[in-house]
Amino acid sequence: MSHEKAINDLKIKSSMFSLEGITSSLHQWLYATLSPTFALLAECVIVILLAIALFAALGLVLVLMERKVAAHIQIRLGPNRVGPGGMFQTVADTLKLIMKEGLTPDKADKFLFNLAPFIVMIVAMLLLAPIAFAKGFQIWDINIGVLYLSAISSLSVIGILMAGWASNNKYSLLGAMRSGAQIVSYELSAGLAILSIVVLSGSLQISDIIAAQENGWWLFKGHIPVIISFVIFIIAVTAETNRAPFDLAEAESELTAGFHTEYSGMRFALFFLAEYINIFIVCAIGATLFLGGWMPLHIGHWEGFNHIMDYIPSSIWFFGKTIFLIFLIMWFRWTFPRLRVDQLLNLEWKYLLPISMLNLILVTIIAIFGWHF
Amino acid sequence: MFLKEYISDVYNGITSLLKGMRQTGYYFFHPKEIITEQYPDNRATLKLADRFKGEVVMPHDENNEHTCTGCTACELACPNGTIKIITRFDITPEGKKKKAIDTFIYHLELCTMCNLCIQACPSDAIKMAPNFEHSVYDRSKLTKKLNLPGSKVKEGIE
Repeated sequence: MSHEKAINDLKIKSSMFSLEGITSSLHQWLYATLSPTFALLAECVIVILLAIALFAALGLVLVLMERKVAAHIQIRLGPNRVGPGGMFQTVADTLKLIMKEGLTPDKADKFLFNLAPFIVMIVAMLLLAPIAFAKGFQIWDINIGVLYLSAISSLSVIGILMAGWASNNKYSLLGAMRSGAQIVSYELSAGLAILSIVVLSGSLQISDIIAAQENGWWLFKGHIPVIISFVIFIIAVTAETNRAPFDLAEAESELTAGFHTEYSGMRFALFFLAEYINIFIVCAIGATLFLGGWMPLHIGHWEGFNHIMDYIPSSIWFFGKTIFLIFLIMWFRWTFPRLRVDQLLNLEWKYLLPISMLNLILVTIIAIFGWHF
Repeated sequence: MFLKEYISDVYNGITSLLKGMRQTGYYFFHPKEIITEQYPDNRATLKLADRFKGEVVMPHDENNEHTCTGCTACELACPNGTIKIITRFDITPEGKKKKAIDTFIYHLELCTMCNLCIQACPSDAIKMAPNFEHSVYDRSKLTKKLNLPGSKVKEGIE
């Protein structure tokens, strides 16, 4: 008995320092001291500041991570001069980009040209809303969370098309059109892969989907069909974020830099940042749907093991899984060559879509008969 | 029949992609494989490939002897006139005339490191050396005389 009591005490102690404790006590304090309107406004400001801080940190860390991973995969060292082990390379790059002149081409559509990077950025920010970063640490637990995510993520193509069209440059336009075709087609299989998890957990709400994985992650519980939909999901979101091997929209060897050829300085940096934010977000979605979000790794009835796993904070679980998926995406970004446009569309319409449709039927049968663990 | 082909296509695609990922993953987790030379820092311990072609040199042994007979095969083989050989006739103790090199002129500034002279040489008198720090302030310093002063051809090389 005393052993269980000690564990409970520890749980209470750790929850005091958890993000959930901090947010709920802050919430109570704000509503106790301010009128409800101002308290809500104050919370909005805090959320905005946190989101911007997260974006800046992600931009710096992920770009450095990408360069280091790429270097090691290509048997190189990567950035290693600025700071210990090249740690401050991306900080230096950001400073350079801030100082650079943001040029607008003479014959560009100035309004759309300047608006496009912000659209792409705003879409990335909106996607942050329903993601659960830790236990009870979520901006907006909307009841149609997954639908919201897949609906908003398709908006980024508007920003890309806008950038390509407004640049008044044939490379930009070609890149933007390719990106449009690509994102519109790969959304289908990404959506179907997400649907298979929705079918299994019976809810669109992110917190419900995570709660359904308390006794094991869907990737392990759902047999082979969920593994197939996980693979399809990873392929489709790589295409949706315009990353190699699906980086036809940028295709530096064919289109100089695709839709952001004409951008420079901070507006280019926004596109660059949005790419990495999008990677983080799609990996966070993948981690939430297939790897249980902030849920610790629980194996069946191994009580001791499960208790030990519970002591690792939920935010570490979430970020660990997300970073793992980001590493996976980087891994094949630096392994596979770029697809041609026809190969890209073949892959989606002839392979991924039929397979994911069939797979969805299998998952539905599993869900109906309750064959998952 | 169609379905069989379709499935084998998918299978082959996935396995070949995984093969590639295994290789890159191996490189990622084995930093010892990194081949980057941090050049100015490790000048003393620089590791260059054997086939690195930096400049043409003529090896001499401890008796200051080389194996060049002055046949000018390298000069004829050179596509852009990098090598110029000036020959002279030595009188052997038996009173015979024997062809030997007087000066082996090598224009490093013209050389493209194509290796044709080394392949043409019948007596392996010249070879490629892995030196690459060739910058000088005066162009004329790039015109080199490869045979050392007072050197002579090794006995028995015809």
